[in-house]
Amino acid sequence: MTDGEPLLQILDEHGNLVGDIPEPLTNDDLVMLYRHMRRIRVVDERMLPLQRQGRISFYGAATGQEAAVVGSGYALSPDDWVFPALREGGVALMRGYDLWLYIAQLFGNITDVTHGRQMPCHYTSRRHHFVSLSSPIGTQLPQAVGTAMGMRIRGETKATAVYMGDGATSEGDFHIALRFASRYQAPVVFFCQNNQWAISVPSSKQTRATSFAIKGTAYGIPWERVDGNCVLAVFAATQRAVQRAYAGLGPSFVEALTYRIGAHSTSDDPSRYRDESVTEAWKSRCPLIRFRTFLTTRNLWNEDKERNFVTELETAIKQAVHEHEAASPPPLSSMFTDVYAKLPAHIVEQQQMAQNFAATKPRGHRS
Amino acid sequence: MSQMNIIQAINDALKLEMRRNPDVVVLGEDVGKFGGVFRATAGLYDEFGDTRVIDTPLAEAGIIGASIGMAMYGLRPVPEIQFADFIYPAFDQIINELAKLRYRSGGEWTCPVTIRTPYGGGIRGGHYHSQSPEALFAHIPGLKVVIPSSPYDAKGLLLSSIRDDDPVLFMEPKRVYRAARGEVPEGEDYTIPLSSAKIIREGRHCTVLSYGAMIHTCLEAVPLCESDGYDVELIDLRTLVPWDRDTVMSSVRKTGRCVVVVEAPRTASFAGELIAEIQENCFLSLESPIGRVTGYDTPFPHTLEHLYLPDAERIRQTVTNTMTY
Repeated sequence: MTDGEPLLQILDEHGNLVGDIPEPLTNDDLVMLYRHMRRIRVVDERMLPLQRQGRISFYGAATGQEAAVVGSGYALSPDDWVFPALREGGVALMRGYDLWLYIAQLFGNITDVTHGRQMPCHYTSRRHHFVSLSSPIGTQLPQAVGTAMGMRIRGETKATAVYMGDGATSEGDFHIALRFASRYQAPVVFFCQNNQWAISVPSSKQTRATSFAIKGTAYGIPWERVDGNCVLAVFAATQRAVQRAYAGLGPSFVEALTYRIGAHSTSDDPSRYRDESVTEAWKSRCPLIRFRTFLTTRNLWNEDKERNFVTELETAIKQAVHEHEAASPPPLSSMFTDVYAKLPAHIVEQQQMAQNFAATKPRGHRS
Repeated sequence: MSQMNIIQAINDALKLEMRRNPDVVVLGEDVGKFGGVFRATAGLYDEFGDTRVIDTPLAEAGIIGASIGMAMYGLRPVPEIQFADFIYPAFDQIINELAKLRYRSGGEWTCPVTIRTPYGGGIRGGHYHSQSPEALFAHIPGLKVVIPSSPYDAKGLLLSSIRDDDPVLFMEPKRVYRAARGEVPEGEDYTIPLSSAKIIREGRHCTVLSYGAMIHTCLEAVPLCESDGYDVELIDLRTLVPWDRDTVMSSVRKTGRCVVVVEAPRTASFAGELIAEIQENCFLSLESPIGRVTGYDTPFPHTLEHLYLPDAERIRQTVTNTMTY
């Protein structure tokens, strides 16, 4: 892949303003954008070691991609719907999802609203229109189009945002979703976080097209490429796409070029397949440092604020980790509920079977 | 009451439910203006328009994926997959998404989608217009699988399926789409509860358990068995998941003998599951091993389909073997 199409940038790599601050962002919004980004970084930094220590089973961090997550998430209204991929848990937090529940999901104990049924980082919050994540790649894309079609069918002025990584653009569901979206002019925003790696496969081996965004052209979908480490550019492009959706102009595609600083997940070792000196170079393009420099020069942020924000957050995280880790596992009975709206007789029988067995067996089989 | 075939009964059910509930939408390939390749959705486009009767691009994963998104949003989509043989591109969406959404989200999200799809052989459709893949879906927790055999049941079961809060795979026996006729109250609202089997014919000697198009083959076999001196009790399962254990078990406890008839390939067919459950629950009542009449473990043939599909004679022979064991 050659980087053919220009990237929208509003802050350059040194934090200098090279474009206009997008309307209608106020100084408070700018600070809020930074706080959201910083929160993701702090949470990721605290959760990764838990996995290494064997205290949670998995973790997928968004390190280096915080601007892409936050800039796009900030352009959405509470009534809009979000279909996340692996690294957009931060969008749920931005929409008001409780950090305590977020951490509960990672431990999967009795405090987890999904009863420990999914691996860590598979959040859901219906109240925040944040759709339950599944692991298969790209399956959320046609679903998001269906939700957007539903918004159209009901004549509502809303949008659906759906996230994907660069790897997902190889899936059939990606092409099907773009096809359906353009056919019905569905109010959907496709947001591709091009972090340049699909586990071990670089973006250069994922397409011979000049970008991922340009694939929109084949489906008659307008697209835009942005510097994914510039939170203002990401916001501006996503906001344009959302406004198009509200105006009945159909789908849009945003590609945010960024870089996966860490491993794909805690089960991965990138040193085996990539030149980590490139990673070091991208670390110096950290989206947080860039934006903080900008905020500092405008006197919107300073060391004290940074310290207070991080300390307060870390205290809350520590407390939540303590509580969720100490919580008991979900009861055995919870394995059998929610398969159907009502427990059918054969599952009641199996639930009873499992409970009888647990009652006669030593530790480990007990609920 | 009017005489209807299965297609007309399904059409009547769809019209009724779309009039009753504005959240019901129909989508699929050629279901709109054309009214579906089997005409099941005929007239819906004219009455409800293209926002609720949606001709989709040719992509089954998209049809089901979009249906999932609509259902999460609060609609009640009734997608059509033109032939069950073409459902596999949507396998991932059905198995990993549709069936698991309620569970994985702790009950936060639900997916009331009813997938209609014609299945089964006997129409000279070759490998790809003849398959009977119900067991693949019966294996998936979270899905319900419903297969009617008559026009009256097709309407009542489809209405129950659409109103059900769980995803339902509604498989339609296309070989008897038009051949099976019966009284159906046109435009009238009635439902048949899911998970209720139907005793089509009471008998004393042997329970014959089947569903879908094979019910009609079993009905042909009944007089043959009678002439052999065997009084068959024929049960139409109607819902495969979750199936009506009570009706089946009490029948087998009564007759002491059982034959299961399915047209799918033998290995890992739904017959195997039925037989396992029956023998676990009725062991002391059984007078002989439970018999099985099935398709063969080959891809579905074209020219020789009449030899592949169970017919009345094969059922008669298996009933005889079971009776004389």
